[in-house]
This record gives sequence, structure tokens and C-alpha cells, in this order.
Amino acid sequence: MARIEAEVGKSQNGLMKWIDDRFPLTKTMKHHVTEYYASKNFNWWFVFGVLAMVVLVIQLVTGIFLTMNYKPAAAEAFASVEYIMRDVEWGWLIRYMHSTGASFFFIVVYLHMFRAMLYGSYKKPRELIWLIGMMIFFVLMAEGFAGYLLPWGQMSYWGAQVIISLFGAIPVVGDGLVEFIRGDYSISDITLNRFFALHVIVLPLALIGLIFVHIVALHEVGSNNPDGIEIKKNKGPDGIPLDGVPFHPHHTSKDLIGIIVFLMIFSAVVFFAPDMGGMFLEHANFEPANLTATPEHIAPVWYYTPYYAILRAVPDKLWGFILFGLSVLLPVFLPWLDRCRVRSIRYRGWMYKTALSIFVVTFLTLGWLGLQPATETYVLLARIFSVLYFAFFLLMPFYTAADKTKPVPDRVVYHD
Amino acid sequence: MTKCKKIASLMTLSACLFASQAMAAGGSVHLEPAEIDPDNVSSLQRGARNFMNYCSGCHSAQYVRFNTIGKSLGLSEEQLVDNLMFNADKTFETIKSSMPPADAARWYGKAPPDMSLMARAKGTDYVYNFLKGFYVSPESPTGVDNLVLAGTSMPHVLWELQGFQAANFEHHENEDGSVTTTFEGFEQLSPGSMDAEDYDDFVRDTVNFLAYIAEPIRSDRRKLGVWVIMFLIFFFILSVQLKKQIWKDVK
Repeated sequence: MARIEAEVGKSQNGLMKWIDDRFPLTKTMKHHVTEYYASKNFNWWFVFGVLAMVVLVIQLVTGIFLTMNYKPAAAEAFASVEYIMRDVEWGWLIRYMHSTGASFFFIVVYLHMFRAMLYGSYKKPRELIWLIGMMIFFVLMAEGFAGYLLPWGQMSYWGAQVIISLFGAIPVVGDGLVEFIRGDYSISDITLNRFFALHVIVLPLALIGLIFVHIVALHEVGSNNPDGIEIKKNKGPDGIPLDGVPFHPHHTSKDLIGIIVFLMIFSAVVFFAPDMGGMFLEHANFEPANLTATPEHIAPVWYYTPYYAILRAVPDKLWGFILFGLSVLLPVFLPWLDRCRVRSIRYRGWMYKTALSIFVVTFLTLGWLGLQPATETYVLLARIFSVLYFAFFLLMPFYTAADKTKPVPDRVVYHD
Repeated sequence: MTKCKKIASLMTLSACLFASQAMAAGGSVHLEPAEIDPDNVSSLQRGARNFMNYCSGCHSAQYVRFNTIGKSLGLSEEQLVDNLMFNADKTFETIKSSMPPADAARWYGKAPPDMSLMARAKGTDYVYNFLKGFYVSPESPTGVDNLVLAGTSMPHVLWELQGFQAANFEHHENEDGSVTTTFEGFEQLSPGSMDAEDYDDFVRDTVNFLAYIAEPIRSDRRKLGVWVIMFLIFFFILSVQLKKQIWKDVK
């Protein structure tokens, strides 16, 4: 005990020791940063967790500055956004970073989730990390939805109108629930005010709390890797995993490259195509909300459209809502639907590889279909791809169990 | 080698994102491209003149300040006051309509919409074709209808410049009895003070100005963006060297 204290004391100046006697600062830094060992063979799929943190910080910081100038009132909201865009110093940059950040949050999180599906990161003992991650995703969806109402444009208004009214399909309590969410008989100033409260306080708090727990859980069991091998199984005499390198400085220096590449793409959008041709900022949202004129074509923002396409594919309102809800919820059960003994796609058989490839095409196609008007052909296509979407999850216990796997090596594959 | 492949796939992904821009929403009518040049300052200046002379009588641009226009278009305060500010005293004022909105709503059935963001909401091609799309229609209270926005309550304000034209429609009866109407082209009925080419340029300049007021910082952000990306490329090279240094002992 005394020896350890002496050792710790050596590397500390007076102030650090004073703090460490009162708060586990050095201990925490070691546990989570300088002595958190993760596999040396991470590929670029493993950068999206860090990128999600980067986007979170962008959203929080730009969000604070937007809040200083935005007015959450039906009569003033639209004008205050234009005030930010035109009259506030650097307001346009802050606003574009925030609106672009919203879309990139989903891009990064979708890729982060896809990484987990590639390498079986949700499998035992990381089920809880996955569950917390799914909760983060749900909160993020709510956060994006609440935020989209705030500019009070035509698409803000009518998009929210359509989505909130979906809850009306629930028997008995539906209508009451819709009224409860809106706080009014239609979307109004009252709805805008409560969505503002949710967007800037409730949901970000939940998000930060869940992300904290997500990381604590991750650091308890350790990070997965492209081979899906537990690096803790092969430790050196010093107790350090042989295939592990410390998060800092090794992974941080690698992540820095990823962050810079990310910022290049992010900046290219912010500075050269902030509305992405109507994908990130929809054209109709440059018109103030008009309660008497419905836009020609109402589509949610791109990150909800895969689920929206499933909703529209079902002719019955209640069943549409149920399948819509299920399509969002199903990934939660991945740790238990996947019966394969190996984690990584590298050692899985052709069945899972095929299923996952079809799923990627399905998800992207549904996303595209959700943006299109609901013509006969598109609805038919949406039905076919909805079936494929559900089949991926519901048939998973069978094809993952039947799949022939390759032998998994003892140590991670690492080439310089 | 595999790293290269992965970087390539990431780049493809971002390319797909940019390509999706091409899928911008279009109307049911075929729109001629406006072909505006946002970097052409004299076109923007002519557009500002056109807007203040022909549009601002009815249409406000309530978010657009004169001094912002002056700064972007290289106009002095004196030039602004002499040439553009017909119903404003101070350069920080925004562009107001000369017509009280309540009266406008009574006269036209609908108050003329604010123009601050019209080019962004509808697209520049839409506005360009709208301004060129008025044709004589005796049933309409204003005497004209519009090819792009059927039943518009806006009269043909630019008739002195463009003259009046008729639209030729062809009606085909389908097998199921429904009628398909196709637009076959305009026919000039009476000449305006401008020929067709000059009128196109006039409308193009005006649309260019409308696109500018919809996002006055557009050219600023593009200029700044180049520097930001250049900085990031430099920073990228440094970070790659740093990573190599830190990882050199990992076997």
C-alpha cells in the first residue's frame, strides 16, 4: 500500500496530489484514457464512436449560441432564425454547423451501429452497451424531431403535424395522447414552446447521461475489434493485453486523423452545400409555417425516411404505426436474435454476409422511398423492402445458427 | 493496400451524399434553367435596380437590409440612397413594400408574399420561369395566367417590357376518356420594349438578385470554406505524421 502511494506520489506535483487525495482524477484518467487498452488492429469503422462525440460537442456548443438568439414563439421563431442567418455575427456559420451537424449526427450514428453489426459488437458481454446505445439512438431521434420544429418553417410545421398525428392511430388513448403531446388541438405556439424545452434541456440531458453510461459500460468490458476476439484473454506478465495499445496516445492520435477527415467532409457541406439540395435543409422550410396551406409534398428529413417508408407501405393506419414502431425497435433485440458463435463478419459464413448486404440495400432503398411521393410503384417497392427489412431481423436466429463459420484465431490479425 | 480501399469507399460514400443534391425537387412543368451567375456583381446590381423598380412596390423583403446589399454589391451609401431606397430613410432599414398588406390582400385576394427567401424556397429556376410564364387568359381577373403557377393572383407587372404572349396548349383525349393537356409554346401577341433575349437577361438579373437576398452570405461562406479546407489538409498531414511517430513501435 505504502509502496503504491510512493510510486503515485513520484509522478505527481503538489497540486495533483492535493486533488487526488480528494478526487480520483489520476485514477480516472488512467482507467479511461492512458491505461485503457483497446486492440491495435482497429480499422476505420472504429472511428465513428469518437466522431459521434465530436458531433455532440459541435451540437452542444452551436446550440448554446443559437439559443442566445432564437425566439421560441410562433410569431417570432422564423424571423429569429433569419435574424441569426443575416444579422448575428457569424450566426450563419453557427446555424449551418448546427443544421449540418444534425444530419451528420445520424450519418455517424448509423455507421457506428453498422460497425457493431459487422463485428458483432453487441454480442455477449456487450449487450448492455448495445441497449444503452439504442436508447441513445431513440433519444437522438426525439431530439432531431423536436429540433426540426423550431425554425417554424412549412416543413417544420407540417412534418410535425403528420408525425404527431400518427399517435392518433393508437386505439382508445390515441386522440388524447396526440393532444397531450401537442398541448393544444393543433400544433401551435404551445407545442413550439414545449418542443424547445425538450430540445434544449430534457433530451440533451438524457443524451449526455446515456452517453456517459454507454462509455462506462464499454470501458468495463473493453472494446471489441475487427476480429471479434477478447484481447483480455492474452495478457502479458504486466497484466496488459498483448494486442492492446493505450487509448491515449495511440488511439487518440489515430482518431485525430479520422476527426480531421470528418471535419473536411463536414466543412465541405457547411461551406459549399449547407442545404444539400434540400436533403439537410428542405426547400419548403424557407417558407414560414402556414396553417392554411399544406405543402405539395411532405417528407420527413432523410434520417427518418426508412421507417417512414415502412409506415406508408401499410394500408391500415394502426398496423402502419405498429410496424413503424417495430422497425425502430427491432435492432434492440440483435444481441439475442444473433445466434452465431463468432462475432466478426470476417469469420462468419455466407448467410450472414448475404443477409447483411441485403439489409444495407434495403435500408438505403427504404430511406430513398420515404423521400418520394407515395405513388403506386413506390408503395409496392416499399412493401417488398419492408418485408426484407423485417425478414433480416426475424429470420436472424435461423440463418445465424445455420451459418458455417470459419475458425477464429487466438490473436488479432494486425498488419502494419 | 486495404487501407487505400477503405479510404476509397469512404470517399465514395461522401460522393453519394453530394450526388443526392442532384435530386432536388422539381415541379410538374418543365423549367428552363435560370443560369444565373452569383459572382457577377454587375448582374446583381442590375437585379437590385430591377427589384426596387418593379417588384418592391408590392413585395417586401423584410429580412434584407440596404446596407447589407451595399456591402455585398459594392455600392456606397449615396448610391444606395439615390438608386434603391425609394421608401426608406436609413441604410439599416429593410426592404418594405409600398403597399399596406391589408389593402393588398383585399385588392389581390392574397397579400403579395415576402421575397426575402423566395428563391431558396422555390428555386431560382422556378422564379425565372414564373417571371417569363405570364400569358393572356381572358377568364382571369388580371387578364393573365401563369404557366408555372396556374391561377396566380399576380398581374403581369412586366408587360411593358415583355409585351403580351399567348400560350398554346394541345389537348389529347386518352383511351380512358381523360384529357391530357400539353404546353406547346408561347406566341407573342404584342411586342414589349425589350426583345426576347433582353427580357431573359432582365429576368435573369432579377432572379440573381433574389438568390442573393435569400442568402447574402453565400459568397462569403464559399470563400471562407476554401481556407478552412486548406487548413484541414495541412492539419491532416501533420496528424498523419504524429500518428506514425506514436505507432512506430507497435508491432
